[in-house]
Amino acid sequence: MSKGRYGIHGGQYVPETLMNELIHLEECYGHYKNDPEFQQELQTLLNEYAGRPSLLYYAEKMTRDLGGARIYLKREDLNHTGSHKINNVLGQALLAKKMGKTRIIAETGAGQHGVATATAAALLGMECEIYMGEEDTVRQALNVYRMELLGAKVHPVTSGTRTLKDAVNACMREWTNRVEDTLYVLGSVMGPHPFPMIVRDFQSVISREARQQILEKEGRLPAAVVACVGGGSNSMGIFYNFIEDREVELIGCEAAGKGVDTALTAATIATGSLGIFHGMKSYFCQDAYGQIAPVYSISAGLDYPGIGPEHAWLHDTGRARYVPVTDDEAVDAFAYMARTEGIICAVESAHAVAHVRKIAKNYSPDQSIIICLSGRGDKDVAAIARYRGVDLHE
Amino acid sequence: MSKIQDNQISRVFQTPNHKAFIAFLTAGDPTPDCTVKYILEMERAGADLIEIGIPFSDPTAEGVVIQDANIRALQGGMTTDGVFEIVRRVREQSQGGAAIPLAFMTYANPVFHYGCDRFFARCEELGVSAIIVPDLPYEEKQELEKTADAHGVALVSMIAPTSRERIQMIAREAKGFIYVVSSMGVTGVRNEINTDLESMVKSIRQVTDVPCAIGFGISTPGQARHMARISDGAIVGSAIVKIIAQGGEQAASAIYEYVKSMKEAVAQA
Repeated sequence: MSKGRYGIHGGQYVPETLMNELIHLEECYGHYKNDPEFQQELQTLLNEYAGRPSLLYYAEKMTRDLGGARIYLKREDLNHTGSHKINNVLGQALLAKKMGKTRIIAETGAGQHGVATATAAALLGMECEIYMGEEDTVRQALNVYRMELLGAKVHPVTSGTRTLKDAVNACMREWTNRVEDTLYVLGSVMGPHPFPMIVRDFQSVISREARQQILEKEGRLPAAVVACVGGGSNSMGIFYNFIEDREVELIGCEAAGKGVDTALTAATIATGSLGIFHGMKSYFCQDAYGQIAPVYSISAGLDYPGIGPEHAWLHDTGRARYVPVTDDEAVDAFAYMARTEGIICAVESAHAVAHVRKIAKNYSPDQSIIICLSGRGDKDVAAIARYRGVDLHE
Repeated sequence: MSKIQDNQISRVFQTPNHKAFIAFLTAGDPTPDCTVKYILEMERAGADLIEIGIPFSDPTAEGVVIQDANIRALQGGMTTDGVFEIVRRVREQSQGGAAIPLAFMTYANPVFHYGCDRFFARCEELGVSAIIVPDLPYEEKQELEKTADAHGVALVSMIAPTSRERIQMIAREAKGFIYVVSSMGVTGVRNEINTDLESMVKSIRQVTDVPCAIGFGISTPGQARHMARISDGAIVGSAIVKIIAQGGEQAASAIYEYVKSMKEAVAQA
């Protein structure tokens, strides 16, 4: 078995042109991971610039309303740039800089990862180019302008389905074109090794904090940790330090779109099968001949036909459970969170909220559930309004 | 002698100083009938090996020209079974009977999903001698290699401008022929190719007798002649796919003329 395996998943299914660069990246990461100076520099950026540690907030009204487990929200939405994406991006951009790269490129779906990457590039004085599906540039026009304000060049991707997977394709093609001075800052726990490992390590700060915070507040571990899953970076981040705590349930919420029994879905575990794509072996939504399926979700950030290899393995081993959540349920949860707790969360995160609304009552009041509130919802307000029949445009 | 040493690929390069012209097209672009016809035209024009692309929804190693061909083929309903049917018809109609050597070029997922054993059994049955899978580097080749070997299909190794110290590791285990990638980036026509290909080929030849052909970016007879001079052959894809994109169902004579001119250029190398 080649490197970077999680059970049968993972690996490095990329063109030969990229292999030496991936090997080099792995070596550099291995070096800086154990370099106290690098870690100190990153921690300072996370604390002083991104606003970490993020709060673990006790959602009292929600707890009372749902009747059951005590609900906590890990507030990644309060990070600089408004989502968990900054955790990984600061790590990778700093790594790129140490490697002597002067340019970073990235894909983006909803625009969160693109904005975070453009932000890090501005901060660290690097050139930045973002690839975004043309359809997403329309859905998330404000984020396009945000990235441009931050000095990034945004390329609308017009090939294929014009969404996240095509943005990843475009980014991979660009990276094979220019590896010497460029690092591809992948936005999720996916792609070829070492990316799933690097992104997971940088995102694991979420559960390192959350585990300590919940022990301080509750004196015991949570009964469950719940997060939304597209590629799976915020969920991997909040799961990671709980994996060894066997009594903690890990639940990933996939975007079911219009439902897992329809073609308009992005729920990979529920509807996908084993395959090889975007540099990794994992589960993918695909047809009978292994053509990658066009997927759909109201949430551009979860609109991806695959799932990171470590999630695929957590699924295989039964350590984590993956459940589908529909557009309707997510939009309801989005409004519920706003009304109940005064928090407008990302529609991605609302998928996790929706599932907890269903299961909270199955737990007793001396148990707790942590929801990873992966991002804030400003970007989604207009789309949610339209979904609910209000003719609102940005 | 193993099945692979004996397969048609080795015969392509067997004659001393014979330089190969390898032509590519995407199966089902614009229709399966056209693909059969165009393959036969290329054979008639003197192509030594024809590489048939099995279309994939997300061909990450391809430039725009071949990406678009993949989309056209898939929109036309092309499937892996459809590609095998094209090959069957070619075998039936080919002037030289089973003469023209054929290779597939596709991505890991269509093969993996079809079922590795089932896929290569079909290849063996139809006399497809080699397969090129750009998202299957040396480290991952065990995914397909053992099964391909068992069916006498050569899994072609690719060597890129960035391969450096990996060149000889890859070359030592190469089978069929080595696909030397001329340039960084994806497939597509290029005006200039600046990689030091001669030293790459020299490094390869220190460790193996497996022939090497150069591809990516080649479109003119001059480029093809040069590549064939410094290696064992030239591979041309995007330039042919472009002719098909422009000519649609009427591209036969343009393809014939182009392949003939390229083959002549390569023969002069």
